[in-house]
Amino acid sequence: MTKPMPEVAPEKTEDRLIIDASQKYYKVLNQEIRLAVSNGAHAIELRNVNGQRYLADGINKRVKIHIHGTPGNNVGAFMDGPELYVHGNSQEQVGNTMNSGKIVVFGNASDVVGYGMRGGKIFIKGDAGYRVGIHMKQYKSSVPVVIVGGTTGDFLGEYMAGGILIVLGLTADGDEFVGDYVGTGMHGGVIYVRGEPVPAHRLGKEPARVELTEKDNALLAKLLKEYSTELSLDFDKIMSKPFFKYTPQSHRPYGNMYANQP
Amino acid sequence: MNQNKHGLIPPKFRPVINRELCRRCKRCILSCGFEALTFENGVIGIAGECVACHRCITMCPEGAITIQKQPLDYRDNEYWTVEIREELYRQSESGGVILASMGNDKSFKSYFDHMVLDACQVTNPSIDPLREPMELRTYLGRKPEKVTVEKDKQGKFQLKGKMPANLLLETPIIFGGMSYGSVSLNTHKALAMAAKNCGILMNTGEGGLHKDLYPYTDHIIVQCASGRFGVSEEYLKRAAMIEIKIGQGAKPGIGGHLPGEKVTAPISETRMIPIGTDALSPAPHHDIYSIEDLRQLIYSLKEATEYKKPVCVKISAVHNVAAIASGVARAGADVICVDGFRGGTGATPKMVRDHVGIPIELAIAAVDDRLREENIRHQVSLIASGGIRTSADMIKAIGLGADAVAICTAALVALGCHICQQCHTGNCSWGIATQRPELERRLDPEWGGQQLTRLIQAWSYELKEVLGLLGVNAVESFRGSRERLRGIGLSELELDILGIKHAGR
Repeated sequence: MTKPMPEVAPEKTEDRLIIDASQKYYKVLNQEIRLAVSNGAHAIELRNVNGQRYLADGINKRVKIHIHGTPGNNVGAFMDGPELYVHGNSQEQVGNTMNSGKIVVFGNASDVVGYGMRGGKIFIKGDAGYRVGIHMKQYKSSVPVVIVGGTTGDFLGEYMAGGILIVLGLTADGDEFVGDYVGTGMHGGVIYVRGEPVPAHRLGKEPARVELTEKDNALLAKLLKEYSTELSLDFDKIMSKPFFKYTPQSHRPYGNMYANQP
Repeated sequence: MNQNKHGLIPPKFRPVINRELCRRCKRCILSCGFEALTFENGVIGIAGECVACHRCITMCPEGAITIQKQPLDYRDNEYWTVEIREELYRQSESGGVILASMGNDKSFKSYFDHMVLDACQVTNPSIDPLREPMELRTYLGRKPEKVTVEKDKQGKFQLKGKMPANLLLETPIIFGGMSYGSVSLNTHKALAMAAKNCGILMNTGEGGLHKDLYPYTDHIIVQCASGRFGVSEEYLKRAAMIEIKIGQGAKPGIGGHLPGEKVTAPISETRMIPIGTDALSPAPHHDIYSIEDLRQLIYSLKEATEYKKPVCVKISAVHNVAAIASGVARAGADVICVDGFRGGTGATPKMVRDHVGIPIELAIAAVDDRLREENIRHQVSLIASGGIRTSADMIKAIGLGADAVAICTAALVALGCHICQQCHTGNCSWGIATQRPELERRLDPEWGGQQLTRLIQAWSYELKEVLGLLGVNAVESFRGSRERLRGIGLSELELDILGIKHAGR
């Protein structure tokens, strides 16, 4: 399921350090994780996670953490490097302000995925809530990526300043798989949706639809290959429908709202 | 309509050159960030461009320049003031929001100026701070419910249990949050150097932390605001304290827009956004819709830094500030910074600056009262900011209940700022509120650091003098001593809110 990273040896299940999270307060659990990481653990498996918050918060090492159960809010907040695999649903604020690394969620995610994220990847297999990718930003080679396999709530990519947001709509019931106000306040980055274009009444004022180029297709293929491999999904099925691209019309959406100054 | 380039708004100031003294060195022309001087058979001051920042006067070797208000009479009208008339012209010509900078400059009552301090006479003699020890040290952070001690093996008393993270200030002053972007890097360097010299802290504001400031880690407060600019795991570790900025006194309830033209290469690096993009900080944090949500951000920051750093929450002084502060304390903040309506800014809609928020004096008294009533005052340190001009303001704020004060405008004045209130234009001739390289390099950070160090030293001496005359030998003993303050010319209600008596009682 997982592919080897250059920095660490290929992972074997028996090498995982197993931590039982049942009945553990988040503070204690996080302390144990930090201790394990500082002792050089390459792979950790958390079992029976039940709503503990801030898992892997602020960890800056290359470590794989498998989370079984439901992590609480702010999983992977401020993290810089780890790879988290959430074997279940996740709550709010997945990858809040994360810097680099990867979060793969095999279930659904709640609101505010990847707030202020500036690097790394978040792959959600199922649906996500409101404000996915709000205020994501990018700088030079650091470009964050969020891919949602299912549907998203309102305010997708609100205030987006950079990065890549992809919504596949694989679980969608009808044609519409994004909420209202898509890209409101967007002034950087790009949103791709699969299947159908974003209905006009759901699109915010700032983004506009643009045609995909060869470069876009190559980028989508590369990212979605990785996504489908990580989540054991059918890559060809994902690519069987067209994609639609949205970018901001201006990098300075509010540049004209102020009076000339004396 | 045939107009000059100033439209309906007449020029305000004009540099006037004394031709007999002027030796035509043109230094004044080079020094002006606003292009208000030119040369045509001699230096000429251009009316309308000058903002009275006095840089040219300071640089003129001959003392040949004066600045005059452009003489212009309007028909008197107490209601339709000149300012209002000119704003209406500006809005009708541009269709845009009028920006302003620094703090609220309107004639609202300053409560600092209506309070006086007590002094010891005959009984309870005063202390001479020149000869006797005077403690200015202040610790910022959560204090335990009660202190218990135990004897260790050597028979020495030790604190029992673990003390929550606290920060030592050698004097109860910090430099408040001013972002790199709104001010220049040299300004940040000067503030950091002075903070280190004085054993205090400087707040980076929401603009990230430039690498040149990494050596000052122990004296840095980093800000985590709604735009999350520059916030990374590294950034959080490069600070002594982390501040979650909810609000700012100059612009309560609104976000910030650093215009794209100010996002130069170095700014883009610390904010981690592309060059030329507007840096938009949304009005709310989109992960904070409640006190419980605030608690989550506080604890995700504490978890990320392993509970080694206090977390501060900065709020604007607004109507319900006491209840809000109580919620913030219960959310787990270790320090609360309350920013009053006189607080400054690099740019804000003028209407918001001048009409939103309440005075810091009333806010700090109300917050201190509320936290005491609820028996949670020990859980947080209180920082008063927003219009602290002098050591007297600082002392009165501490008397009303603050642990320490944050200063910004006063610190910029120490760096040469003449309060011309043009920060939002980015043309600061003093090299403070600008990103123009030719202007920024004028501010020598070493000199600036010395200026600020001397300012803090002066205020600290004055604080010692006042503590001495009050007969108190530690600033922490004086904190919240409202019986040592009296009001002059205040109503019963105002006295009641401030928790002080009128002079004579």
